[in-house]
Amino acid sequence: MAATHVHGGIGESIKRKEDSRFLHGKGNYIDDLALPGMLHMSILRSPHAHARLKSVDTSAASGMPGVIAVVTGELMAQHKLAWMPTLSNDTQAVLATDKVRFQGQEVAAVIAETRYQAEDARDAIVVDYEVLTAVTSPEGAKTAGAPLIRDDKENQKDNHIYHWESGDQGTTRAAFAKADKVVRLHTFYPRCHPAPLETCGCVADVNGVTGKATIYMTSQAPHAIRTVFALVTGLPEQNIRVISPDIGGGFGNKVPVYPGYVVATAASLLIGRPVKWIEDRTENLISTGYARDFHMTGDLALDKDGKITALRVHLDSDNGAFFADAQPSKFKAGLFHIVTGSYDIPTAHITADGYYTNKAPGGVAYRCSFRVTEASYLIERLITNAAIEIGMDQAEFRKKNFIRKDQFPYHSATGWVYDSGDYHKAMDVALDQLGYDELRKDVEKRRKQGEVTGIGIASFTEVVGAGHGADFDILGLRMFDSAELRVHPTGKAMLRMGTKSQGQGHETTFAQIVAEELGIPAADVAVEEGDTDTAPYGLGTYASRSTPVAGAATAMVSRKLREKGRKIAAHLLEAAEEDLEWERGRFFVKGSPDKGKTIQEIAFAAYTNLPEGMEAGLEGVHYYDPPNMTYPFGTYAVVVDVDKGTGQVKVKRVVAVDDCGVRINPMIVEGQIHGGLTEGFGIAFMELITFDAEGNCIGSNFMDYLLPTAWESPKFELGETVTPSPHHPLGAKGVGESPTVGSPAAYVNAVIDALSPYGVKNIDMPVTPDKVWAALRAAGVSE
Amino acid sequence: MFPAAFDYRAPSSLAEAVDILRQRGEEAKVMAGGQSLIPLLKLRFSQPALVVDIGRLPNLAGVERKDGHLRVGALTRHVQVESNTDLRTLCPILPEAAHWIADPLIRNQGTVGGSVCHADPQGDWGSVMLALDADFVARSESGERTIKAADFFQGPFTTALRPDEVLTEIRIPLAAHSAGAYNKLERKVGDFATVAVAVQVEMNGDKIAKAGIGLTSVGDRNLKARDAEKSLAGKQPTDEAIAEAARLAAAAAEPKADVRGSAEFKRDIVRVFVQRGLKTAVARARGGQ
Ligand SMILES: Cc1cc2nc3c(=O)[nH]c(=O)nc-3n(C[C@H](O)[C@H](O)[C@H](O)COP(=O)(O)OP(=O)(O)OC[C@H]3O[C@@H](n4cnc5c(N)ncnc54)[C@H](O)[C@@H]3O)c2cc1C
Repeated sequence: MAATHVHGGIGESIKRKEDSRFLHGKGNYIDDLALPGMLHMSILRSPHAHARLKSVDTSAASGMPGVIAVVTGELMAQHKLAWMPTLSNDTQAVLATDKVRFQGQEVAAVIAETRYQAEDARDAIVVDYEVLTAVTSPEGAKTAGAPLIRDDKENQKDNHIYHWESGDQGTTRAAFAKADKVVRLHTFYPRCHPAPLETCGCVADVNGVTGKATIYMTSQAPHAIRTVFALVTGLPEQNIRVISPDIGGGFGNKVPVYPGYVVATAASLLIGRPVKWIEDRTENLISTGYARDFHMTGDLALDKDGKITALRVHLDSDNGAFFADAQPSKFKAGLFHIVTGSYDIPTAHITADGYYTNKAPGGVAYRCSFRVTEASYLIERLITNAAIEIGMDQAEFRKKNFIRKDQFPYHSATGWVYDSGDYHKAMDVALDQLGYDELRKDVEKRRKQGEVTGIGIASFTEVVGAGHGADFDILGLRMFDSAELRVHPTGKAMLRMGTKSQGQGHETTFAQIVAEELGIPAADVAVEEGDTDTAPYGLGTYASRSTPVAGAATAMVSRKLREKGRKIAAHLLEAAEEDLEWERGRFFVKGSPDKGKTIQEIAFAAYTNLPEGMEAGLEGVHYYDPPNMTYPFGTYAVVVDVDKGTGQVKVKRVVAVDDCGVRINPMIVEGQIHGGLTEGFGIAFMELITFDAEGNCIGSNFMDYLLPTAWESPKFELGETVTPSPHHPLGAKGVGESPTVGSPAAYVNAVIDALSPYGVKNIDMPVTPDKVWAALRAAGVSE
Repeated sequence: MFPAAFDYRAPSSLAEAVDILRQRGEEAKVMAGGQSLIPLLKLRFSQPALVVDIGRLPNLAGVERKDGHLRVGALTRHVQVESNTDLRTLCPILPEAAHWIADPLIRNQGTVGGSVCHADPQGDWGSVMLALDADFVARSESGERTIKAADFFQGPFTTALRPDEVLTEIRIPLAAHSAGAYNKLERKVGDFATVAVAVQVEMNGDKIAKAGIGLTSVGDRNLKARDAEKSLAGKQPTDEAIAEAARLAAAAAEPKADVRGSAEFKRDIVRVFVQRGLKTAVARARGGQ
C-alpha cells in the first residue's frame, strides 16, 4: 500500500491505482457482464472475399433449440440499417444484402438463449454465393478490367477512392532537377492488426418501455459512438447511453463502429431483451480495423555535401472494401504528410491514392496518430539508406540534417508547426548510452571475420494530441476533450473525462494532475471515464491524445477550482485574495506561512461556510481545444546479429531515448514505452495479415498472426530528455505511441545496415528468416 | 471457438478405456492433454460424438530405463521430458526437443503420446522418434502390438493406430556412445517449426556406426532421411561426409512454399540443420557434451 503521505504529484512514479483491481481479477470487462434475460448473438461471416449473395436460407436455423431470431441483411434493410456510415464518410454494409466484399464480412446473425445454441444455428444457415474474382492489392485494383468492388455506389466507376496531395510540387520538382544525388526507396508497410487481447464486443439493452438504449461496449470513443448511433438509428441522443467498462487493450481497434454493435442493438430493440455479442479471436483479426497497408515510394534529393534538399513521396493505400479509416476528416491519408520527420527539408511533395480491395475495411491507427507510423517508417528508412549510399555514418547524416533547436517553432514543408524539440541532444544521449563509437568499431571487426551484424537508428518525430478544432474533426465533431472535477465536502474528488483508458493508466495519471494542480493527494481523486450519461463529452482515447488534450483540460479545470478556492480561503482567513499565496494543497497569507487553509478545509467551506453571494460547491468542467499538436520525438538504436545459415535476426540491444516533454508518472511512461517497443518489434519481425490470391485471410488466429511475448522480446534500455511543449499547460506531449511509431524503422535499419556490405537496400516487414535468407543467398553468403 | 456438442467419458482404467473404444471407437476421439484436440473441437474442424478422456489414467506417465530401452509412457507431459536431468546425458535429444515444443503452458499439459498420435507433420516428436528408431506400443481390447516409428506415421494427421487402440508407450533403444541433437527454426516461441531436424548418431571409435535423421515440416508427415542416414554409416564424421549427408537429407525433403517461406528456403534449412545437428551430436556422443 502507498503510504498516506505520498502525494502523487507530477513526476512521481506512484503505483497504478487500477492495477490492484486488475491483478485481483476484479476488473469489469464487457464479457463479465450478465444482465437478466440476456441473449447471445453469433455472426455468420462470408467465407469468400468477393461473391454475389444469391440467397440466404435461414429456415433450418430458425427452428433450432434456443433460437430467438435470425437476422439477415434483408431484415436490416427493412429497418434501413443494412448500411451504416464509416468514419471516413463512406458507407459500410452492416449485414450484406447484395455482395460480400471481404472474407469475414457479416452476412447474418443468430440470437439465441446461449452462445452454443447461437453457434450451432449459425452453422445451419445456408447461403448461396456466386463467387467473383477477388482484388487483393492496389495494383490489382488499378488494372484495367478489374472487378468493380463498390457497384453499390452510384458514380463509382472504378476501385479508386481518393487522390490526395500535400506540399509543393513545383519547388520540389525544381529541387530534384538540381540534386547531386537522389536516393529512392520503395517499401511496403504491410497490413497488421492491433490485436487487443480482449476482442470487441457489446451488450445492447434497449428498454422496450422507456426506449432507453444502454449499450455496454468496448469503445475507445464512447461519446462519439453515441452521437453516431443517434444519427444512424434516429433514436434521440438522450435515450442512448454508451458505457465502456474496463477495456483490455484497444490500440485503435476499438475506435470504429462495427456491424456487430449495430445488429445487437437492433436485435435488442426488436426482441426487447439484452443481447450480448463478443467476437472470437478470428472474428477480431479478420473483420475489424486493421492498420497500415501502405505501398510507398520515397525519393530524397541531396546536395554534394549530404544536405537534404527535397523529399518526394507517392503512396498507394489499400483501404479494403469500405473506406473506413478512423481519421480526421480533412486528411485522407491521415497525418502522413508529417513525413519530412525530424529533418529540415526545404520542400516536399506527397501524393496519395486510396483503393478499394476485397479485404477487411477500417485502416485504424494501430498505436499511432493517424498514419504517422507509416510516415516515420518511410523517412527513417530513407535516411539510413541515403547515409549508406553516400558512405556517411547514419548518426552523422541525421545530425547534419536535423531541424536545429533554434529553429523551433519549426514550419515544415507540408504545413506543420512543430512546437519544440532538441533532436541533437536526444541523438547524443542515445549514442552515448549505446557506446556507439566503440560498437561501430566492433561491427567492422566482426564483419571482417565473416559475421553479419549491424546497427540501426531511427530519430522519429511524432505528431499527437489531435487537435485544434479548426483543423481536426471526426464526422464534424471537433477534437477537443474535456474534464469535469467535483470536490466533495471532505476534500476528496471525482474527476470525469471524455477519454477512455484501455490500459494506459488514466486513473492514476489524471489523478496526479489534480494532485499537482489542486493539491488533493492522487489517492483521494477517483477518475471515471466511459459512461456517456455521467462523463462530459469528449472524442476519446487514441492517437496519444489523452494527456495532450484531456490532460490539459484536467489541469485547466483544477486551476479553475483553485481560483474559486482562493476566494473561499480569503473569506475564511479574512484576507484579501491578492494577499494569498498558493503552495501545493494550501493557500496562505503572504509573509505568514502558518496562517493558511488547506484545500480540504476550503472544500468543506464550499459546502458549509461560503462568502456572501457565492454559488455553493466546488466543481467545474473544462473543454480544452488544443492550440496546436504536440511533437514528441526521440532516437532509437538497435543492434542485431544475423544467422547466415538460417536468416534469423537476433536483436542484441535496443536503446530508446524518448522526449515526451514533462513526464507525469515516469513509471507509466516507461511502461508505455516498453509496450510500444514490443509491438514495434512484433511489427518489424512477425506481425502480418496477408491474403492469398483468392482473398483468403492468412493471419486469422494467433498461430498465424504472431504476437511477440516476453520470451522473444528484446531487453529495452531506456533514456530520456525533456523538452516541454510550450503550449500545453503542463508541458506534456503524450507518449503512448512514440515507441510503435519510432521503433519499426530502427529494427529494420539494423538489419539493412547488417546486410549493407552485400548491397541489400530493402526487406519489407515483417523481416522474417526466409527474406533475410534470400537476401544472403542472393549475395552468395551461406553456411 | 465453441465446440459442437459431444459426449464425454473419463474411464478410470486402461481396460475400461479400450472397452469404450471397442464399442464406440469409430465415432470417438481419445483425449490426452487436449492441447491439439481441444483447438480442433473449438474450431469445429473435429466433431466427434464422444470424447474419451484418458488424461487421468494411472501408470501411463513417466520415463523409465528398462531392458536397454527408455520407456516413455504415452501420457508423459512434454515438461517431464524437458526437466528430466538424467536424460540430458542418457538421450540428450529428448529434453532438447521437448524444450522447443510450443510454450511452457502447453508443455505442462501436452503429452508425448498425444503428440505422435496427432501426427501433425509439423510436430516435433515424430522426427525425434524416427531418428531414434523408436517403437510404439498400442493396446486394444484384443491385446498389445508394437509398431515401428517408420511405419507409424502414414500421412498428415494419420497414423497406423486403429480407432479401437490406445497408444500406451514409446520404446527407445539405448546404445553406448550415442547422442543426438534437435535444431528448430520457428518464428516465435510457441510456433510450429518452419523446419526442424532431429539427428541421432551412435559412434564406434572415430566412426559413425549408425545415424538417424528425422525431418519436421518438410513433407506430408515427419520424414526419415534414409539415404542421408546410410551415407554416414561406417564413415568418419568429416566435413565432407557431413556435407554429403546434409545434401542427401535436403534432397529427401518435400517442402512446400507457404507464409513461412519458399520450398527452396526450407530445403536449405534442412541442409544447414543436418550439418549443425551432426556436429553437435558427434561431439556429444564422444562425451564432449
Ligand atoms: C499453440 C500451440 C503450439 C504448439 N506447438 C507445438 C510445437 O512447437 N511442436 C509440437 O510438436 N507440438 C506443438 N503443439 C502441439 C502439442 O505438442 C500437443 O500437446 C500435442 O500435439 C498433443 O498432445 P496432447 O496430449 O495434448 O494430445 P490431445 O490433444 O489430447 O490429442 C491429440 C490427438 O491424439 C490422439 N491421442 C492422444 N493421446 C492418445 C493415445 N494415448 N492413444 C491414441 N490416441 C491418442 C487424440 O485422439 C487426438 O487425435 C502445439 C500446440 C498448440 C496449441
